[in-house]
Amino acid sequence: MSDVCIVFDRIRKEEKLLKSEGIRMGHNIIMKDVKNIQIDPNSVNQYYFGNVAIGRCISYLRGLHFTACLEFLHMPIINKYDVMNVCGNKLLTTLFLKKYNISTPKTYFAFSHDSAISNIEKIGYPLVIKPIIGSWGRGIALLKDKDSAEAILEIREINNGPFDRLYYFQEFIKRPPRDIRVIMVGERILAAMYRKSSDNFKTNIACGALPIVCDITKDIEEICMKISMSMKNSILGIDIMEDEKDGLVVHEINSTVEFSGLMQVTKTNIPREIIQFALDFARK
Amino acid sequence: MNCPECDAVLKIPNDAVEGEIISCSDCGSEFEISKNDEGHIEVKRAENVGEDWGE
Repeated sequence: MSDVCIVFDRIRKEEKLLKSEGIRMGHNIIMKDVKNIQIDPNSVNQYYFGNVAIGRCISYLRGLHFTACLEFLHMPIINKYDVMNVCGNKLLTTLFLKKYNISTPKTYFAFSHDSAISNIEKIGYPLVIKPIIGSWGRGIALLKDKDSAEAILEIREINNGPFDRLYYFQEFIKRPPRDIRVIMVGERILAAMYRKSSDNFKTNIACGALPIVCDITKDIEEICMKISMSMKNSILGIDIMEDEKDGLVVHEINSTVEFSGLMQVTKTNIPREIIQFALDFARK
Repeated sequence: MNCPECDAVLKIPNDAVEGEIISCSDCGSEFEISKNDEGHIEVKRAENVGEDWGE
């Protein structure tokens, strides 16, 4: 029996599934709400987060910084800080994908409002604008023309958050009304699904997309393996689009993957696999 | 009344007032107490989803 710690800041279905499956596997599951934890880096011996901690914070930045603390305390936690840092930031994800020569949509960055306008005019329409941090399809918009672009950029100016002046534009991919979500632990694919959009171009389950069984083809396997070889020992949710022109392109990698949608269409026991992988990771 | 997040029974204090924030004792989700048109107490999700929330 091992102690497995699930660190969270909100209980979703996934955290409940991890807990119940861990108990079924005979492990001692420790639930730790990060919101209630204080860390003193001068007292490194007073903390215990089990034989391994599984990072499950819904807040990316909270989870990222908490992971940094646990790594400082030499507590095994999965995913690692470096992996989370890249996956939680779309700009860094794009740079990662380009660096490792993994197919991804054409993407452009700008760092001020005026530069963003100028960049859009140069690239042309349609374009997709995405916040570099965020999830569930929030803040993603299709820029069809100058009017829609200026409206969205104006909202960014008004909001004036720390990430609002980091502009991330992506080509609009012509594809079937779906994308592919693959869940991997280390170099093993656990399951995949299509996420079929209902009535808009976003394919997030949170936006109403439906999970549908997806066979894992050689092309899917190949592109996912390239990622897992570069992000070793990680639990990842890889999002892939089927570009009519360029074939499979990766547009997102998730490091705190939500899997309850995928559980509807696969027989794989995803929480069991995640817990076992985390324990194997800690023993290495 | 059940929590929309985890389905646990929400405990609403007898002296709770409209606009007060309560938390689900099981999952920690926060809800704002409001009244419907008939004057009955109901809960609605508090606006606390962060910009960085998600996967």
